[in-house]
Amino acid sequence: MALLEFNDKGIYCPPADVYIDPWKPVERALITHGHADHSRWGNKHYLCTESAKPVIRYRLGDVQIQTVRFGEQLSHNGVKFSFHPAGHILGSAQIRVEYEGEVWVVSGDYKLEEDGLSEPFEPVPCHTFITESTFGLPVYRWQEQTKVFEEINDWWRKNKAGRKVSLLTAYALGKAQRLMRGLDESIGPIFTHGAIENTNQVMRRQGVKLPKAKKVSGKFKKEDYIGGMVIAPPSAINAPWIRKFKPLSIGIASGWMTLRGARRRRAADRGFVLSDHADWNGLNEAITATGAERIIVTHGYTNIFTRWLREERGLDAVEAQTEFEGELSEDNETEE
Amino acid sequence: MKNFASLYTQLDQTTKTNAKVSALAQYFEQSNQEDQLWTVAILSHRRPKRTVNSTLLRTWAAEMADIPSWLFEESYHVVGDLSEAIALTLPRPQVENSHSLTYWIEYIMSLDKLEEAEKKERIFAAWQSMDYTERLVFNKLITGGFRIGVSQKLMVRALSQYTGIDENILAHRLMGNWTPTETSFKSLILTKDPLEDISKPYPFYLAYALENEPENLGAPAEWLAERKWDGIRGQLIVRKEELFVWSRGEELVTDKFPEYHPLAKLLPDGTVIDGEILPYKEGRPLTFNDLQTRIGRKNVTKSILKKAPVIMMAYDLLEWQGEDIRHYPFQERRRRLEQMVANHDTKGLLLLSETLDFHSWADLVVERENSREHHSEGLMLKRKDSPYQAGRKKGDWWKWKIDPLTIDAVMIYAQRGHGRRANLFTDFTFAVWDGDALVPFAKAYSGLTDKEFREITSWVRRNTRERFGPVHSVEPTFVFEIAFEGIRASSRHKSGVALRFPRISRWRKDKPLREANTLEDLKEMLSAL
Ligand SMILES: [Zn+2]
Repeated sequence: MALLEFNDKGIYCPPADVYIDPWKPVERALITHGHADHSRWGNKHYLCTESAKPVIRYRLGDVQIQTVRFGEQLSHNGVKFSFHPAGHILGSAQIRVEYEGEVWVVSGDYKLEEDGLSEPFEPVPCHTFITESTFGLPVYRWQEQTKVFEEINDWWRKNKAGRKVSLLTAYALGKAQRLMRGLDESIGPIFTHGAIENTNQVMRRQGVKLPKAKKVSGKFKKEDYIGGMVIAPPSAINAPWIRKFKPLSIGIASGWMTLRGARRRRAADRGFVLSDHADWNGLNEAITATGAERIIVTHGYTNIFTRWLREERGLDAVEAQTEFEGELSEDNETEE
Repeated sequence: MKNFASLYTQLDQTTKTNAKVSALAQYFEQSNQEDQLWTVAILSHRRPKRTVNSTLLRTWAAEMADIPSWLFEESYHVVGDLSEAIALTLPRPQVENSHSLTYWIEYIMSLDKLEEAEKKERIFAAWQSMDYTERLVFNKLITGGFRIGVSQKLMVRALSQYTGIDENILAHRLMGNWTPTETSFKSLILTKDPLEDISKPYPFYLAYALENEPENLGAPAEWLAERKWDGIRGQLIVRKEELFVWSRGEELVTDKFPEYHPLAKLLPDGTVIDGEILPYKEGRPLTFNDLQTRIGRKNVTKSILKKAPVIMMAYDLLEWQGEDIRHYPFQERRRRLEQMVANHDTKGLLLLSETLDFHSWADLVVERENSREHHSEGLMLKRKDSPYQAGRKKGDWWKWKIDPLTIDAVMIYAQRGHGRRANLFTDFTFAVWDGDALVPFAKAYSGLTDKEFREITSWVRRNTRERFGPVHSVEPTFVFEIAFEGIRASSRHKSGVALRFPRISRWRKDKPLREANTLEDLKEMLSAL
């Protein structure tokens, strides 16, 4: 029997009788991070890291959440569990599972570049590594984030000079805050969409330092926004909501913006390539660092990445079907 | 090249017409005449001859990126654009270069006669000295396909801003067969009466689709109506006993249609006719598909000429006795056209597109409904006193197409999109019922909203039964309305029919699976037409 198996409810650990990131309601759920496709409604008990809890609490409301510190070891029916930083968003973890000398790691979503907001990714040696493959193609290779922020700030300055509003979309949990921290506040005022402001508040209470921002509301006049930067979730672009910012320039920050076509499809003026997921090199590096010989590939370019690992890197790699959606779902996310 | 690459980036970063035109005008301002001319050439689909084929480029890109070729191919499929896929995959550059656009184009042209190994060495050297955008542009110069949202019209507008020369004059000067290697910016664009080029066509006047009821056009007596023929819009020129045929894409296609060649002697000098290149046999038009198959062939063989011969269905007369009469009222031009067709025996090669007899708009509604019987796509409405304008203009000419045919079908396969929609399932195969079996009959992609695409993507991921490469077979669940323009019998398709321009018109969530249409319904449509 495998230590972890993929069934119709999620990633299941039979000896401990718990699930990791289940997509259907279960009794005990270990949660890698707070994005909607990993932390879903309806479980009886949730277990996540301390820093992931406030957002999960805010999203799921009054549910039973237990927390664990990074690196702390818990035992359940003889299975040892510990959470290790995944570098994806604040509080995101890889979950290490050890039983009778065998070690598996479920990495959830992860990235290797330090963003100053999430706890930096930490390689965890294991026998079996379960990895995402959201950007598991060699065309996805990120620039350093400082360069991307330079591009964003230049764009903002140019818009300001043209008396335009800059509207930058990013999903509310993680990317939005990362962007805000990369903005040059000396250029102009920052405004936030309500959905993002709510998440910001949760994080501020948690002690995260974010630049000053005003929530978009009826009390501001059209002129107040000119030269400003509005951070909004992707869905806002298609809403009448954006009319009050005209004339405006729309930018999207996402790993998908690597492809010109993806940017055109979204009718954005600018696409900035910035992702909270590992790029091609990151995925490969992370896998090497675990020393794992068996790799289970989940959401993303699953079959391609698996074949690469098997044929070119000589690893025992297999695909697994999950209901995680990576940046696709994160892009669609709108806070209720 | 840096200049041109940065122009490319700027054009790519905006969807706004004015911003594109001013970026282009500014680029013209900043570059030398050689580069200007090449830019004009590229943006009017005049590319340097292809010297490296794409198979080689793919192999070399994989080699330089140190990945297996299957992985490059997968990446290419996702990106959807070869030049971009290569630029994204190659390792970072080692050196910089400061060569001009013209330098690189000549570099590409000079590869022509080289051995493969030498070509490879030069392409590697070029790639190694370029950043992402330069590589993208360089690759596009090799492969063609320069689609950056700048139509020839916008380019001409920018050129007009830069040179101060009227747009229509420029459009005229840019037409015809020229290449930057044989002319110069000065003689082609800046010279008042450029080379006597008897092949030069006039810019086509294109109609918009009628948006409202025809009643809004005013009195029927002010209008002429004719059928909208389903071929390729063309311009037929006879000057100095030479014949030239241009297609709407401003391509010289004289050689593709040898049937027309006798017209050089049969029509008077100084004649330019606007019409439809129409496959036509035994007194009636064939389908557009017949023409398309023919155009795709490299050589026009005897059997093609026999299978799908063309005639020119004449709409309009633009030049008469050597004089440009585009400013005459349509009615006047038309009268001269009729005379010309009547007074010259064209051996049935030139037919007059008949005008329809009508007194009220209601008469035309009936005519329009008969369109399919006449193998036409609908009607054209033209104001009697309209001049022949340049480009797509509203007001005087309207196309009034028939509504598409539709059928309700079941989605059975889904395929990931590429380029624009790399992370979504966008290409679907649809089936109709044949007893208890579902028979695939059409592939369609466009027509859903982004939201629907995301919804279906998420659903396909969960309901995939089997995978064949990029194609997922899914549990038959959803019914979609498929719109199309025509249907014909086809032995190549399992269903026995082939549709023209199939697309998704809406997602019929209201319709149960069992109520999708049947193969019999499709066959009935076939026999009804
Ligand atoms: Zn996530």
